Amino acid sequence: MQLLQLVISGIAQGCIYGLIALGFVLIYKATETVSFAQGELMMLGAFCGLACMTMLGFPYWLSVLATIAGMAAFGVLLERIVIRPILGQPAFSIVMLTIGIGYVTRGLITMIPTIGTETHALPVPYKDQIWNLAGLVLNVEQMMVIAVTAVMCLLLYLLFRYSKLGIAMQAASQNQLAAYYMGIPVKQLNGIAWGLAAAVAAVAGLLLAPITFVHANMGFIGLKAMPAAVVGGFGSLPGAIVGGLTIGIVESLSGFYLPDGFKDTAAYVVVLIMLVVKPNGLFGEKLSKKV
Amino acid sequence: MRFIFKTDYAQDIRLAKHGGHVFWYGALMLVLLAAPWLIAEYWLAQLTFVLIYAIAGLGLMLLAGFTGLFSLGHAAFLGVGAYTQAVLTNAGWPFPIALACAAGLSAAVGVVVGLPALRVKGIYLGMATLSFGFIVEEVLARWESVTGGNAGVHIKQPVLFGWTLDSGDKFYFLCLLITVLATLGILNLLRSPTGRAFVAIRDSEISAQSMGIHLARYKTLSFAVSAALAGVAGALYAHKLQFISPDQFNILQSIDLLLMIVIGGLGSVHGAFLGAIFLISMPQIIAMVKDYLPASIGQAPGLQGFVYGVVLVAFVLFEPQGLYGRWLKIRTYLQMFPFYRKGMFKRQKSFQKSDRLR
Repeated sequence: MQLLQLVISGIAQGCIYGLIALGFVLIYKATETVSFAQGELMMLGAFCGLACMTMLGFPYWLSVLATIAGMAAFGVLLERIVIRPILGQPAFSIVMLTIGIGYVTRGLITMIPTIGTETHALPVPYKDQIWNLAGLVLNVEQMMVIAVTAVMCLLLYLLFRYSKLGIAMQAASQNQLAAYYMGIPVKQLNGIAWGLAAAVAAVAGLLLAPITFVHANMGFIGLKAMPAAVVGGFGSLPGAIVGGLTIGIVESLSGFYLPDGFKDTAAYVVVLIMLVVKPNGLFGEKLSKKV
Repeated sequence: MRFIFKTDYAQDIRLAKHGGHVFWYGALMLVLLAAPWLIAEYWLAQLTFVLIYAIAGLGLMLLAGFTGLFSLGHAAFLGVGAYTQAVLTNAGWPFPIALACAAGLSAAVGVVVGLPALRVKGIYLGMATLSFGFIVEEVLARWESVTGGNAGVHIKQPVLFGWTLDSGDKFYFLCLLITVLATLGILNLLRSPTGRAFVAIRDSEISAQSMGIHLARYKTLSFAVSAALAGVAGALYAHKLQFISPDQFNILQSIDLLLMIVIGGLGSVHGAFLGAIFLISMPQIIAMVKDYLPASIGQAPGLQGFVYGVVLVAFVLFEPQGLYGRWLKIRTYLQMFPFYRKGMFKRQKSFQKSDRLR
């Protein structure tokens, strides 16, 4: 029973990692770049939700919608202003660029007087509720995370499977040049991918906020979502979720059964083993170099 | 405008290409030697930090700028060096031997980290080094019998051949000596076949391989040398601060080191030094400007991170060659005075190439 309990809380945490990792993968698939600012986008989403609920006094559902829409617009804008000018440069300059964006976002949030430096609780309707189910104590916040992640996965699956936009994005991610020749507006798709990634990050932020509180450094969790994306194989959307769940469960179990210190490093140990054993990840495409 | 008339192959690999080099680097050396008498003690301490960071920067520059392998966990090597030095010095070992051990142990750890690097590249390598950095930080914090855990550890003053370096001046000269040796070593390495092999790997692994370069060997070697330099820098850092704790070697320190070489200018030895100067002087400049800003901005805790981020974004967007690249442009402009064209240093713009299918 205890094991099951640990696994469930691991799954909930893993869903958060998975959602952030989804953002990494979306951006990586569309633009071949890795965004280190994903954790900060999540933090920004949480603060955005906080501002909507406490300062503007929106009801819960409206502030969730407003946050997601606002962050999506922010993602598109970010791509247009800073990312697009350096596309085609070595991948590393974009990594540095996104690290810089992360610094700027974190700095800006911290600079907001009295709000930025404190931790806040997000007033959600389902706060501190607990279900008792056949001896299991289920935290509603965690159940919410799992449910929303499942819905997000379904929506993304439908998007990529049936909508014109999703199919165009798949085409562009496989071969941008060929997609461009077929009349797919690759540059706009890149913007949409960033918007989508920012929206997913906002959802992750809103889900995580009731569990860990909202503060300027919550974006560092993005550094744990990175291993999730690698374990799943960087270019695979289901891989991101599976990777996130793996990392979450391993972390939760090692926190209980192994000595102190293993919980924080579990994700990194897993990813190192993964890189040595199977460098392309669980679902990664295996492509050999052509000369 | 200077023309160099080459009459000898040895001229191609000479360290000082012409008299100007000899004159200006000689002058720089004299100024650095005279620095303890020229500037106040506080600024001398800052200069010492510049030298220490420059050594670490040289190592990372060799790895990232010349071999094309990016490490997001370089602070871990710094930490291994610092803790080795602390433990050995406190056990009464003389400075040179402890320093050699710090460098050696860091290099050994570098080889271990370099092993996954043989199989993975790009972002996966970044991920591997990042993970490794986190693990080392955790080990330093948890291995309390040796490292003192999160409480940190004090380190005694360095003893060099029975002579205790107890003042800032003496330690500065030690750092200067090691920096000069490290710089000469790196320059020498870069003009040797080994250094050329590194650059070839950076530019194209496939062509390097087909030219008969053993990828695994050279990548591991690059990791080892880079980690050894970081270890030396860590050892000096430990002596300078006299107190080290695991949180000084966290991910932010690794990012600072990367930021340093990117802003200094990737792929140039000068860049490591310019970046180190930038990294050390930036907090000072922010502290000075702070008082003139309105209190709501100037006293905000996030100001430094914000400025770092903006500077980094601006450099990547507008001056990817870093400070050294900017200096090259200014110098070329002056040298060719009326004939400088705008597109001379233009970046080649390519359509988004896929890393996966290359």
